[in-house]
Amino acid sequence: MSGAEIGLALSVFLACAVEAVEALTIVLAVGSTRSWSSAMGGVGAAVLALVVIVAALGPALTSLPIGVLRVLVGGLLLIFGLQWLRKAILRAAGLKAKHDELQTFNEETQAASAATTRRSGFDGYAFTIAFKGVLLEGIEVAFIVLTFGANQHHVALAAAAAGLAVLVVIAAGVAVRAPLARVPENTMKFAVGVMLSSFGMFWGAEGAGASWPGGDGALLAIVPGVLLVAVAMAKALSRSAHPALVEQPQSTPTDTSDRTAVGT
Amino acid sequence: MTRARTFGFAVWDFIVGDDWRTAIGVALALALTALLAAVGISAWWVMPLAVVGLLALSIRRAARGASRGG
Repeated sequence: MSGAEIGLALSVFLACAVEAVEALTIVLAVGSTRSWSSAMGGVGAAVLALVVIVAALGPALTSLPIGVLRVLVGGLLLIFGLQWLRKAILRAAGLKAKHDELQTFNEETQAASAATTRRSGFDGYAFTIAFKGVLLEGIEVAFIVLTFGANQHHVALAAAAAGLAVLVVIAAGVAVRAPLARVPENTMKFAVGVMLSSFGMFWGAEGAGASWPGGDGALLAIVPGVLLVAVAMAKALSRSAHPALVEQPQSTPTDTSDRTAVGT
Repeated sequence: MTRARTFGFAVWDFIVGDDWRTAIGVALALALTALLAAVGISAWWVMPLAVVGLLALSIRRAARGASRGG
């Protein structure tokens, strides 16, 4: 396996694991409060929808000319990566609340308990919340799987890394029977932001016609370089941040997307 | 609002997110890279510079927003 393939698998695994942890919290909350069968039905429907999205768009993307694909995918990955990285840096500096799975679980549980009681065997509330939670968290992962995979013509490898991450998170969830509150989500999001930004920069420039010194070996300098810059920015921001600005953990029920504006 | 507009807004929000300036900056940096490469000038350095600059500006805007919001 080449360095780029390892980078692909690692990026997809980490991104998928983070999103799976957040989706697991939602499913655990509605499943334990309302109905496990309906919640699992929602999960199944969402996973099916995600598989259809990847299966439908994967071949279309891989059929694009490599130059067009690289500049398109590189640009999109870079936009995504910079957003992940910015939020991870703000969290590391204490200017944005860190995601708190226990708090999300408690809020989801309260909302599920307060919702209308089901009348028949099928619980529409549990199904819908689980479906939305898994689909919203999964779409971003499906996008990363598609773009990373199509660019290296390894959609199958990217999908396998995503599937492995989901299995690991499910196994951990079954083992602890509780939200995975101790997973270092911010560190993982930081790492994903670094990888997406690095590969996006590399492929985007290549697609636009530039040649990197050292070819693919340039990634060995780009990834640590982006990491160093991001860590330096987080430290500088942390030093300059006023303690009163530090946010307390907060969460938004059923919308745990990582693409929420600072302060909202 | 029509479904098409709703879908368009959702796609915009998904891809561009909450900082459209970064997305525009990435597009401009890629265009500059393509332009320099097309005229035969080494252009690999454009994207690293753009990434550092765009990230710093985006963080500064977000930090200012956080301080204003308390």
